Amino acid sequence: MIMKLEIKNLHATIGDREILKGLSLEVPKGEVHAIMGPNGSGKSTLSKVLAGHEDYQVTGGEALMDGRNLLEMGIDERSREGLFLAFQYPVEIPGVSNANFLRAALQARLPKGEQIDAVKFYQHLYQKMDMLKMDRSFTARSVNEGFSGGEKKRNEILQMAMLEPKYAILDETDSGLDIDALKIVADGVNAMRGPELGVLVITHYQRLLDYIRPDVVHVLADGRIIRTGGPELALELEEKGYDWLLKAA
Amino acid sequence: MSAVDIDRSVGDFSYPENHTYDAGFGLSEQTIDYICNVKNDPEWVREFRKRALKVFNEKPMPTNWATKDLEAIEFQKIRYYLSSGSQPKRSWDEVPDDVKRTFERLGIPEQERKFLAGVEAQFDSEAAYSNIQKAVSDQGVIFVNSTEGLKEHAEIFRPWFGKVIPTGDNKFSALNSAVFSGGSFIYVPKGVKVKHPLQAYFRINSEQFGQFERTLIIVDEGAEVMYMEGCTAPKFETSTLHSAVVELVAMKGAKIQYVTVQNWSANVFNLVTKRGIAHEDAEIRWIDCNIGSRLTMKYPGVIMKGRRARGEVISIALAGNGQHQDTGAKMIHAADETTSNIVSKSISLGTGRSTYRGQVHIPKHLKGCKNNTECDALLINSSSRTDTYPAITVRGNEHACQHEASVSQVSAEQIFYMQQRGLSEGEAMSLSVNGFINDLVREFPMEYSVELKRLIDLEMEGSVG
Repeated sequence: MIMKLEIKNLHATIGDREILKGLSLEVPKGEVHAIMGPNGSGKSTLSKVLAGHEDYQVTGGEALMDGRNLLEMGIDERSREGLFLAFQYPVEIPGVSNANFLRAALQARLPKGEQIDAVKFYQHLYQKMDMLKMDRSFTARSVNEGFSGGEKKRNEILQMAMLEPKYAILDETDSGLDIDALKIVADGVNAMRGPELGVLVITHYQRLLDYIRPDVVHVLADGRIIRTGGPELALELEEKGYDWLLKAA
Repeated sequence: MSAVDIDRSVGDFSYPENHTYDAGFGLSEQTIDYICNVKNDPEWVREFRKRALKVFNEKPMPTNWATKDLEAIEFQKIRYYLSSGSQPKRSWDEVPDDVKRTFERLGIPEQERKFLAGVEAQFDSEAAYSNIQKAVSDQGVIFVNSTEGLKEHAEIFRPWFGKVIPTGDNKFSALNSAVFSGGSFIYVPKGVKVKHPLQAYFRINSEQFGQFERTLIIVDEGAEVMYMEGCTAPKFETSTLHSAVVELVAMKGAKIQYVTVQNWSANVFNLVTKRGIAHEDAEIRWIDCNIGSRLTMKYPGVIMKGRRARGEVISIALAGNGQHQDTGAKMIHAADETTSNIVSKSISLGTGRSTYRGQVHIPKHLKGCKNNTECDALLINSSSRTDTYPAITVRGNEHACQHEASVSQVSAEQIFYMQQRGLSEGEAMSLSVNGFINDLVREFPMEYSVELKRLIDLEMEGSVG
């Protein structure tokens, strides 16, 4: 089997506007790829289209996860099959505690009739929270409600750690983070790196990539990948900006 | 036809009717005589009923402020009394098989063994089973049905009966006063704190029938009790009427908690009057959950008659497709330093409609009264509806009163977020709705909050997609 997240000539629109215009990309399992690009290039659209957001229409191309057609699956099915999206703007769910939410998400992955073992669940949860330096009181708080920007992003990484996806897309996870929070989040992601996980880091800035070192860097502009290179490409972009690449394209 | 029809939800089944006594269709003086004769009512009750019938006939439908849907009730196509005529049994073994099976399927005997101090199970017009733990009755606690209450304990029953809610309070309290049968009479003597809840279960089994239970709870000085009621009915093609009157009396320093989890089927008109009087330092809490029914109109109230009395209404309403939950609270402050609290949350699904009506009354001559009102509505679909009618009268300037209301929707982004974590759309919606009412669900006893969550999940299942 082909173990990779594979996007071929993907076209997607919102309303009448085409945002993705033939995007192609491969993230083999075990690797960390970064997508960089100027504002409005389609970075967040890509993450939402892959997750199955209904505001977007896929008008052409393919998206495969380990050879399976992602575009035929429902939003929740994609998740249960191993696709995780760390949101740029995590959503608040009033009255639903973090522990209950995670429990429900894990429960949804079990066959009908099987129940999560509560003791093991909490052991597992506390272990991941320790890794992310999160206070125990966090489990009883409502999902993202009243969280600081840093807490929200840390919570996204906690969910990722608990759900153990095959492929994770981190959508501008660095936005709104101070340097300490950024390090904690990056440490969390780095701890999960390994042969069983493919990561796609979407970011506007090089900064995050100092802490999560990508294997490959892609540059997205106007709905297409215009350049792919090694980690040094990110440094080059940081130094020179995007203009030289956009002109070359 | 099989003996039992089973549908998706737990309460939706019925056994063939097996009644010895049937008052027949329609309501007249003869109906009342029939009921009095079967029940062997004392003469004062017969007179009370007949006066009430007059009041009922004279009073117009409250459609000047309430929904026109009330006009769909055909009073002449309802049977007002159905029973097998026997006295309530003290042991489940003596309860007729079909009735026993009904309550077993609803889990009542099991709950009784687990955590209840006493149970009364009403089947159509009369209690089929009634029992109280010996340890509790040895303390002098009385827990019987209303018929037994008015006959055997008239000296306690009669002074308060119809005093908290007079016959003419509204058209449906008059109707109940005319044809009441069943319901509980509870008396808790001075200083006795009943540790475990007493529970009544009201089951409608028959079609084209009205259930009119009458409950009176008197808790003497410094005593405490929690009373819980559950209600279900199978879904019939024709409409069914449930119109109860519940009166609570909390003497000095007494505490009453009255918990309702109602899950009527969508053909039931549920028109209930509930009110309590709280004397000095007494506390009355109504904890009320309304799921199901075609139309519910219910505004539990507390009259705070003694100094420092407290009244509270915690209410959850879920209006499913085609249903209307018209609920709220009445807080009448009638003494200094009285405190009332209303927290109401409603959820409207599909074409469901929830209405909040809250009356708070603090007159000018009082001092130091407080009221807090919060009402929040959640709309699930674009066709769902909610209305809020607060009526707050606060006179004088030595009171504190605050009112907060909100209307919110489950956002598409919230559902997308939860689905991205692997929950189905229905699971996401359920979780979101449970989150909305979570702080109120905690007010229900554990066993009921589990049941509540299950009922809400069931309702939500059909509402998406």
